[in-house]
Amino acid sequence: MTARRIPRPALVTAVVLAVGAALLGVLIGPAALRPDRVIAELLDRLPWVSIESGLSERQTAILFELRLPRVVLGLLVGAVLSVSGGAYQGVFRNPLADPYLLGVAAGAGLGATLVIVTVGSSSALVGVAAFLGALAAVAVAYGLGAAAGGRRTGSTLILAGVAVAAFLTAAQTFVQQRNTDIIREVYSWILGRLGTVGWREVALMAPYAAISITVVLLHRRLLDVLAVGEEEARTLGVRPERVRLIVVLAATLGTAGAVAVSGLIGFVGIIVPHTVRLLVGGSHRVILPLSVLGGGAFLVVADMFARTVLSPAEVPIGVITAFVGGPFFVLVLRNSQRTGAP
Amino acid sequence: MSAVVTRDLSVFFGERRVVHGLSVIVAAGEWLAVVGPNGAGKTSLLRAVAGTVRYRGSVRVDGVEVTAMTPRRAAAAIAVVPQHRVLPEDMTVFDYTLLGRIPHTGYFGVEGPSDVAAARRALDRLDASDLERRRLGTLSGGESQRVVLARALAQEAGVLLLDEPTTSLDIGHAQRVLDLVDEVRLERGMAVISAIHDLTFAAQYADRLLLLDAGSVVAHGTADEVLTEEAIAHFSGARVHLLRGPGGEPVIVPRR
Repeated sequence: MTARRIPRPALVTAVVLAVGAALLGVLIGPAALRPDRVIAELLDRLPWVSIESGLSERQTAILFELRLPRVVLGLLVGAVLSVSGGAYQGVFRNPLADPYLLGVAAGAGLGATLVIVTVGSSSALVGVAAFLGALAAVAVAYGLGAAAGGRRTGSTLILAGVAVAAFLTAAQTFVQQRNTDIIREVYSWILGRLGTVGWREVALMAPYAAISITVVLLHRRLLDVLAVGEEEARTLGVRPERVRLIVVLAATLGTAGAVAVSGLIGFVGIIVPHTVRLLVGGSHRVILPLSVLGGGAFLVVADMFARTVLSPAEVPIGVITAFVGGPFFVLVLRNSQRTGAP
Repeated sequence: MSAVVTRDLSVFFGERRVVHGLSVIVAAGEWLAVVGPNGAGKTSLLRAVAGTVRYRGSVRVDGVEVTAMTPRRAAAAIAVVPQHRVLPEDMTVFDYTLLGRIPHTGYFGVEGPSDVAAARRALDRLDASDLERRRLGTLSGGESQRVVLARALAQEAGVLLLDEPTTSLDIGHAQRVLDLVDEVRLERGMAVISAIHDLTFAAQYADRLLLLDAGSVVAHGTADEVLTEEAIAHFSGARVHLLRGPGGEPVIVPRR
């Protein structure tokens, strides 16, 4: 047995889930596209494959300009939010840590609100401001934590994050109260959406996702070392503060990218890594790669519900992730306690 | 060859000096037990040797100053079993043992077959192979201590530092752990430095004892030389009988 590898059945299941979710995502929608034709059309786009799918031009446009970018973005955002959640939980050794810890959400919220107030919610600047707000909040939290906690221990960072988040949330509330007409728009942004998505958002998100996921996965072994505590990590030749800084930066960069294109989608970063942990064990070598696949699959499925439940209207995806994710997570938690697994 | 040499070593905790100008030599294959009351500076001494606290003076391991080593190199040379360790409850014993190989792999490295083999050897040596798939949260106190020791052995370092290895173990499990440490240090020629409260165990297992009080050396030598009634009085007014075992070895028994 090599316990350090991802158990094959778990890996296969995760890949099947991700691919299956992506397929369902492109197949299901208000415009009825025949599954066989959609699959033929997708295969036709592969190099050296040529199949006549029989889809009309309009249907092809729906497939490639509406559904596919949305599914790809869902995979990217879901993967980043879950892997960041897993990374934060590892870095801070706190099961409730999520990608929005350290003030990411509050910083993004304030940035977005300011732009919505001054320029309007349709502006492309909303995403940019959210991104910058998220990064600035984390930078301030990190700076405060470092100043207060000498060695930058996990708990001082979290406390600094709480303080920064409270301050920024208050600032955002103040701005909202002064501009009550925009509350609705801010609210809809905060609940998150993959709605107005084309390939532009995918192109925006892809580099952040690539950097964030790669860096976090490269540190999966070292996160296991942090799990045994600061002092032991040191005696194993690891500098905990350095690992923490790099991983937090990577996870935050990915999260800020996700927030910029899709708003605040809650809960994914908590339930996906924990579900993986409960099902296949506590090593980050296993949790993080499987969270990438599981998170992508989860968000694509959630988005499918968001699009179809009240069709043609859309439910905010953040509502779906919490609504579906909550009970599902409780189920996993109960089951794992009953079987005495982890 | 001397594995560990400290010269005029002082360790500070903030402004307070917790170890005063300590000079001691531990040879390869030798076991030094550091004894003394709580707060005597035992753990600080171990941390200085491990290179995880700043110190004044010199600590050399195999002739190299520990602060001059990279953290990774220091970890490959010095294995530590801390007193207060964190055992992530859903990590498997094997994954945990494999952490001992971190100093031998690169920053982004992945353990190869030789690392897996080293982890297996360590578990096997400590009769813990059957625990391999268990999660740390399911282990008993004695099992945990063997697994922590296995993680340290997997480091295959020349120096093993043990901070109170028998705390919270019953007498049988404590003996088993100390027997294993003794066997392994003789097999591998490891220099062992252990902080230990139990003076009788210290006398039975270690080659030499170092008695510290308030960071300074009170006595240093064989168990017979160190464990005198007068020296033990340093233990915050402890009242003990100093008896002799069948082989003439000191046995310390508390009295009311």
